[in-house]
Amino acid sequence: MTDPNTLSPLDLETPDKTFLDANELVINMGPQHPATHGVLRVILRLDGEKVMGLECVIGYLHRGVEKIAEHRTYTMFNPYVDRMDYVAAVSNGLGYCEAVEKLLSVEAPPRAQYIRVIMTELNRIASHQLWLGTHALDIGAITPLFYTFRDREEILKIFEKYCGARLTTHAFRIGGLQYEAYDGFEKDVKNFLAFFAPKIDEYEELLTTNRIWLERTKGVGTISGKDCIALGVTGPVLRASGVKWDIRKALPYANYKNFDFEIPTGQHGDTYDRYLVRMAEMRQSCRIIEQAVAGIPEGPIMAKVPKVMKPPVGEVYHSIEAPKGELGYFIVSDGSTQPYRIRVRPPSFVNLQALDVMCRGQLVADVIAVIGTLDIVLGEVDR
Amino acid sequence: MHELIDYIQSYLDPRVTTTPGVAGNIFWATVYILLVFVGLSVAVIAMNWLERKILAHMQVRLGPMRVGPHGLLQPIADAIKLLFKEDIIPAEADKLVFWIAPFIVVLAAFTVFVVVPFGPTHAITDMNIGILFMLGVSSLSVLGIVTAGWASNSHYPLIGALRSSAQMVSYEVAMGLAVVSVIMMTSFHGIDTGLYGIGPAGAQESGTLSMIGIVLAQQEQGVWFIFKFFPLGLIGFFIFAIAMVAETNRAPFDLPEAESELTAGFHTEYSGFRWSLFFLAEYSAMIAVSSIAVTLWLGGWLRPFPGLHGPSIAIPYVWPPSDPSAPTGALDFVFALCPGIAFLLLGAMCFYNVRRMPKHPLFKIQTMGLAGFGAVLGLIGLILFVPPVRDRVSDIFWFAAKVAGFMYLYIWYRGTFPRYRFDQLMKVGWKVLLPTGLALLICTALFAMRVEVWYAVVVPLWQWSVSILHWLVSLL
Repeated sequence: MTDPNTLSPLDLETPDKTFLDANELVINMGPQHPATHGVLRVILRLDGEKVMGLECVIGYLHRGVEKIAEHRTYTMFNPYVDRMDYVAAVSNGLGYCEAVEKLLSVEAPPRAQYIRVIMTELNRIASHQLWLGTHALDIGAITPLFYTFRDREEILKIFEKYCGARLTTHAFRIGGLQYEAYDGFEKDVKNFLAFFAPKIDEYEELLTTNRIWLERTKGVGTISGKDCIALGVTGPVLRASGVKWDIRKALPYANYKNFDFEIPTGQHGDTYDRYLVRMAEMRQSCRIIEQAVAGIPEGPIMAKVPKVMKPPVGEVYHSIEAPKGELGYFIVSDGSTQPYRIRVRPPSFVNLQALDVMCRGQLVADVIAVIGTLDIVLGEVDR
Repeated sequence: MHELIDYIQSYLDPRVTTTPGVAGNIFWATVYILLVFVGLSVAVIAMNWLERKILAHMQVRLGPMRVGPHGLLQPIADAIKLLFKEDIIPAEADKLVFWIAPFIVVLAAFTVFVVVPFGPTHAITDMNIGILFMLGVSSLSVLGIVTAGWASNSHYPLIGALRSSAQMVSYEVAMGLAVVSVIMMTSFHGIDTGLYGIGPAGAQESGTLSMIGIVLAQQEQGVWFIFKFFPLGLIGFFIFAIAMVAETNRAPFDLPEAESELTAGFHTEYSGFRWSLFFLAEYSAMIAVSSIAVTLWLGGWLRPFPGLHGPSIAIPYVWPPSDPSAPTGALDFVFALCPGIAFLLLGAMCFYNVRRMPKHPLFKIQTMGLAGFGAVLGLIGLILFVPPVRDRVSDIFWFAAKVAGFMYLYIWYRGTFPRYRFDQLMKVGWKVLLPTGLALLICTALFAMRVEVWYAVVVPLWQWSVSILHWLVSLL
């Protein structure tokens, strides 16, 4: 058997003649495949069921979001960012708004900051719920999907009541918020927290000590903290490898420094640790929301921002901790109403690089588990 | 033909005492083949509906609700859809093999029922090698799956087929070992430990492979084999219960058709009617292996507590009236009423749900349909109280009820467990189930020997191992 680490890159040009007369089998997984979370195409080179190497082919959902930005004003581009990571649209909006605010040197008023944190953390929970459901579904447990979707619905209801949209919310504006929190917003959020706490236990009851779940996730897709840093992998994947890096703590934005929460980390960097880290993150998000709801100040929700935004010439990079990792916006302004260039650093895209490292030497079934545990959204990978 | 007429008359006229013969009677075999075929198709349709509804309720959703009341007609609508779909054969496929494969699977799944005893007289035939025949034929279905995967000439089906064949072959070994332990149980009465498994004098002394014989042995020994030689029967039952899930490629062992990995496994390229044949085969295979488990461990058609009869009473309208061998216990009577009560309860459930239907005029037809369905169920329940029917089909009822329990387990597994990975599946098969099965076989043999051997070998061994264990614990 060939050592999987000494493989040359895949030769995609030569047609597959290996079907009948060699040990190797090249399988094309996707772009239409139930477990690639969208339109990811993975070309697998297999020896039996063992993965000798793989290559990701992306771009099936490319919409040229970054190019579109160059022909829109700063305000007009805001809704577009929701379409990148569409399961965590609020986080995308937060990152973009804060980046432009940095460029304009304005700061959102405290009340807006608090509401932003509540919404973003709710969205983190929703994103992790969607990850849990689909990840478990990929591994073969179909029931958690329905449990998580049932509970995610409660978050989406709050979003809908707040801004009218459920998924691509466009909740924030540059400089603050457009909408004041509706009557009973705090009550709804508090109700959700009370409702959700036992639900996490319910998910964990189904999976955390499940023998098959343990066998399928422990030691699967292991990646060391060093490799993570070398590949630029961030978010829960990095933290599960034992690196305590969370931008909410490391480079505090919004007003995260006012809240008391922990950064859950793992030790082994395997799929199970990533699962535990994300479960713990949901609980931590609940803690943050609890504190934020208790401390929402009164006051304006919008800073003084000119109607026609003409940021000074310059460039800015601002990153936030999105549910999937570091989400960064690099904006270059030429002093006009439209950005000269916007470059997005999407966590899913960067994390996806680790797929090959994590899958070599594992089995086909593990590829599915690893794609699930990386928690990629193809809208964000391809942009 | 006169046999059939006699049989039907025997329900009306107490003087006619015809019961359907079993072995070697071509006529009754034909009748039962038709009955089993129809019954099995109905069971698969019902199972389809039940699986969707039960799984849905486990997953906090409703399942089919639109086609018919509570989606009762959904499987029929699906069947019609599948029949009318285009029958696609891929251009690159090996056409003949592609065409034949589903039929092999279906044939294997259906042929198994030749030896399944639904009652002492309700069976197509009673082969003296019944269980061997069943294992042999059911393992033929792997042939169909491999050919299906190969003929598709596509990567995913090929991998699915290879997985499937490896899986079925390796789990058959453990399955066979568990079955052999039961065959050993049929031949021995067991050790008089004062607790378990003592047959009356004159009970069967030699073992049997006949499915009916196995149930009769349980009846004579007065114990279901799951409880015999406790806990050996239980262990054997668990080995079989795990292996049979793997054998039928169901969750958590559904790797061959793991939709998240291999899209649909070996039947990825199949569609329409041919696909529905695989579906039919899968569900009838589930029923088949469950019937083996029920026959071997759970007393087949025997009612619960077959040895208890209760105080002797005058059972109203025993059929036929002058049958000296008819049971007379109060418990016998109570259990004989169970089938009718069960169906009446199902009917009552329908009527309860009729009351809960929306009162909108658009739901009028559905509400009436549900009421009609409840009425049919209730009517069946009433018919089951009629003495000739009551005394003749209760064995089929108990058999079906036990099999239904297994079907529920299958659905429950599917709603609960993630899927094993291929190497883990093999590990469970070869490293856990196979050694356990071998140990079980040896233990059963030891248990089944005479008292002297028991006290000469097993008890000292047990005591030694316990004292060694004590010694080891004291070292800690």
